[in-house]
Amino acid sequence: MEPVKRVTGRMAPLDRADVDTDQIIPKQFLKRIERTGYGPFLFYDWRQAPDFALNRPEYQGASVLVTGANFGCGSSREHAPWAIRDAGYRAIISPSFADIFLANCYKTGLLAVTLPEGQVRHLIDLVSEDPTAEVTVDLESQQVRGEAFAYRFEIDAFARDCLLGGLDEIGLVERHESAIAAFEARRDAWLPAVRS
Amino acid sequence: MPATLAQKLWDSHVVRTSPGEPDLLYVDLHLVHEVTSPQAFEGLRLAGRHVRRPDLTLATMDHNVPTRGGARAADELSRKQMEVLAENCRREGIPLHQIGSRRQGIVHVIGPELGLTQPGMLIVCGDSHTSTHGAFGALAFGIGTSEVELVLATQCLPQTRARDLAVTVDGELPLGVTAKDVVLGLIGRTGTSLGQGHLVEYRGSTIRGLSMEGRMTICNMSIEWGAKAGMVAPDDTTFAYLERRPYAPRGTAWDGAVDRWRSFATDSGAVYDQEIHLDATSLEPHVTWGTNPGQVAPVTGRVPEPRSDTDARALRYMDLRAGTAFADIAIDRVFIGSCTNARLEDLRAAAHVIAGKHVHPKVRAMVVPGSTTVKRAAEEEGLDAIFKAAGFEWRNAGCSMCLGMNPDILAPGERCASTSNRNFEGRQGAGGRTHLMSPPMAAAAAVTGHLVDVRELI
Repeated sequence: MEPVKRVTGRMAPLDRADVDTDQIIPKQFLKRIERTGYGPFLFYDWRQAPDFALNRPEYQGASVLVTGANFGCGSSREHAPWAIRDAGYRAIISPSFADIFLANCYKTGLLAVTLPEGQVRHLIDLVSEDPTAEVTVDLESQQVRGEAFAYRFEIDAFARDCLLGGLDEIGLVERHESAIAAFEARRDAWLPAVRS
Repeated sequence: MPATLAQKLWDSHVVRTSPGEPDLLYVDLHLVHEVTSPQAFEGLRLAGRHVRRPDLTLATMDHNVPTRGGARAADELSRKQMEVLAENCRREGIPLHQIGSRRQGIVHVIGPELGLTQPGMLIVCGDSHTSTHGAFGALAFGIGTSEVELVLATQCLPQTRARDLAVTVDGELPLGVTAKDVVLGLIGRTGTSLGQGHLVEYRGSTIRGLSMEGRMTICNMSIEWGAKAGMVAPDDTTFAYLERRPYAPRGTAWDGAVDRWRSFATDSGAVYDQEIHLDATSLEPHVTWGTNPGQVAPVTGRVPEPRSDTDARALRYMDLRAGTAFADIAIDRVFIGSCTNARLEDLRAAAHVIAGKHVHPKVRAMVVPGSTTVKRAAEEEGLDAIFKAAGFEWRNAGCSMCLGMNPDILAPGERCASTSNRNFEGRQGAGGRTHLMSPPMAAAAAVTGHLVDVRELI
């Protein structure tokens, strides 16, 4: 994974709460066996409406998605962050994310950060008035900065290290081989093993 | 120090702990299906890695399998996905229940019915409804594809410790009220995200009185209110369900296992981070009216006034007006199926309602058993005959119209009474409208052609 330190760019507002992963990438696009190529299908059903915010010309080329609470609820499909990334977004700001979606974002190198409801509201209002407004989501200093504001965000320290270092998590776990082998040796003998 | 069930499950799977890092947990069972695994296997292959414990990994085909006409009925992309899973399993030595085989079925139905899901285990799967397995006193949760790859390679998963939440449900369930109504009623109170970051333990006399099937229904929908996992401490009901299942321990190993399993219970004096209490005696059958499972109400009521933009949007999508009695909402389709409600007990409960009656002429209704084993068992006791005589389609096992990856989908604008778990926009087909409910409630809707209180029919 490429290291992720900061994202600077224009914002796109998706002013809805409880956006589920079925909306982010509908099921008919989950049949690919690759990790890429999902961008054109992002919010596929919603994009059929011409007035859908992300269809508007002023938000094309945005790299920071700003949205409502409980973003990414529902299905565990990692295709959701893949689609968001494929469509050009590098960061998402929301008051809260569903657990599995958040973990998937980190693995995908998408910078998902939470800010309090009022600060997210400010960003949505800001970009609605001035679509050219830029923000920087800075993982090192844990700040979302704009022209006249700097908001601090909290993030899981380990996830932050992995993103900043572009670390291969499988490689990290493999370093603990002796601990894993020791655990396997002490597991209960009657625990089930699957027979072919 | 007194510990909760979740804490005991967590602690017994810690491979390694270090300050400032997530705990490294060991996975006892990794369930795999065709949709969320191909990229994980590809990642392994590109890195020259192999599956560490194929003997602790089980694959099935469920998400996009056709429910009639055999594997060949699938579209080309679905067929390719199934072929890729079969090839990956062959190469890595992973047991696979493929379409057409005796034990194929929805991943969260076959794990328990094979006896592979046991108390005290840590179970993961690239599917959010993995929380189902928590009904056995296991720690079980859904993961993404990158985590699937990590577990395939190492059998481990780094996890930051989640908080404890107890949901205590007490009292006897009134007639016509099921486990589905308990969890829908709960989500109606909590909303869709209160459970975030929490391991939920369901307890109390109502939960104790439920069958394993009912407990699975409740644990299954933990994710719908945001919980990381849901679980129930194992008891005699659990042990009776497991005994003599294909993978359950036998002989002296069984006795040892039961002794160990009994230790997976919350100690008296253990403290949860949060507690919720629910009175089962006042519950009624529930139906959802919106586009998330928190938009739910007793069927005796009316479509509520919108309290937010989200509510207003949902009513527009569902083409419903506030104040409409639920019983005045006509339906086009009925789906009895999914990992939430397609086990033998669910099919029995639905069959009980429709026996001797007929599906309303304007309604198309189908039953999709949760597994091939469930289907066979239902046929042995004649449930298929009851459904078919009533005008239901009797299909093969799979996820089917719960998420509509196979040809079983709603047409735009169609309204469905469904026993599944998600009423999201387009979930059962673009433009389709879903009302979630219990199997008896869905059966009653099939007969009357509209949403209806099942208690009027029984």
